[in-house]
Amino acid sequence: MSDIHHEHVSHASEEKAHSALNTKMIWRVFWILLGVTIFEVAISFTGISKDVLLITFIALTIVKAYFIVGYFMHLKFEVMPLQWSLLLPFILIVYLIFIAIYEGSALMHTIY
Amino acid sequence: MANHSAVSAPSAASIWGGDTSPFSARWGKLFMWIFLVSDAFTFSSLLIAYGAMRHRFADIWPKPGDVFTHFPFMHSSVPLAYVGLMTFILIMSSVTMVLAVDAGHNMNKKSAVRWLALTVIGGFMFLGSQAWEWYHFIEGSEGGAYVLADGRFARTNEYKEGELKFIDGTALNGKEAEEAIATSTRHITGANMEENEYGNTPLFANFFFFITGFHGFHVFSGVVINLIVLVLVYQGFCEKKKDYELVEKVGLYWHFVDLVWVFVFTFFYLV
Repeated sequence: MSDIHHEHVSHASEEKAHSALNTKMIWRVFWILLGVTIFEVAISFTGISKDVLLITFIALTIVKAYFIVGYFMHLKFEVMPLQWSLLLPFILIVYLIFIAIYEGSALMHTIY
Repeated sequence: MANHSAVSAPSAASIWGGDTSPFSARWGKLFMWIFLVSDAFTFSSLLIAYGAMRHRFADIWPKPGDVFTHFPFMHSSVPLAYVGLMTFILIMSSVTMVLAVDAGHNMNKKSAVRWLALTVIGGFMFLGSQAWEWYHFIEGSEGGAYVLADGRFARTNEYKEGELKFIDGTALNGKEAEEAIATSTRHITGANMEENEYGNTPLFANFFFFITGFHGFHVFSGVVINLIVLVLVYQGFCEKKKDYELVEKVGLYWHFVDLVWVFVFTFFYLV
């Protein structure tokens, strides 16, 4: 009984994978990732102000993460409940960054 | 039993009612995802700790562009080129892995074996590159760095003889530099857990060893697991089962390792 069920799930996801991600798309994502990385290294040597660079780097890193998680790890083609279950916990990371910046700036000046 | 309910598309109301898989994924893959989320938390914490400490010691923190300047067979300063190459190697091996997963979906054993083998080679290349980088980081430059009589910290310039560089970009040259070295109180070469020639804080090297080491160990585990899966696929383990989910699961782990490197690359080397 459960075997049949499993086979069904695998078959369904397999069909989905066929229609969703193909070799052409994989290589396109590769070129995007490579291009963004080269762009990042190139602009790190220009005289753009540090703050602008920092924001650009963080934004581009999130772009790269989107392509790796979405296409390579296939999350873009999974069902919505799975996507949300895996992504929502990262609100805690945003919160941790907030703590590190907001509380940390007061705390850390007492440490040496 | 109620397999037909899975066949017909379940409505939103019945999807959590049982008998169907709300995640439409099998438990093996699901648990790999859950493990990766927890691992992502570990790496996030490490990088946030790094960011906080770097912010705290911003005035004495070394610029990565001044530290990672080596490239094999080149004697001039080529900052970031080598880590850029490492990033390329890892992204490339991620692509070969996703092609192996794709070959598995098509039940193409020969192609899956070929792409998996290339992924393993890419993994070894990355590990070798990291070993090379660690070696140069630990070994340091010939001149090293000095703590001057007035307590300031200055590093010799590898690419310009007789120059002493401070972390803020100013420098001493010629006689002044010689005098400063002669009266210096401490000479540091290379890096260890207590001191390093790159900046007047051990934290920089500590974080370097811990974060890139922790990531490198993930890569090492990944290569070992990929190698095991490669042998299994070659022996026809997946073909017999008519199911290449095994490749998909290690693929997830391998892409995650690539994902972490993207963040380490940005926050450790670029910024």
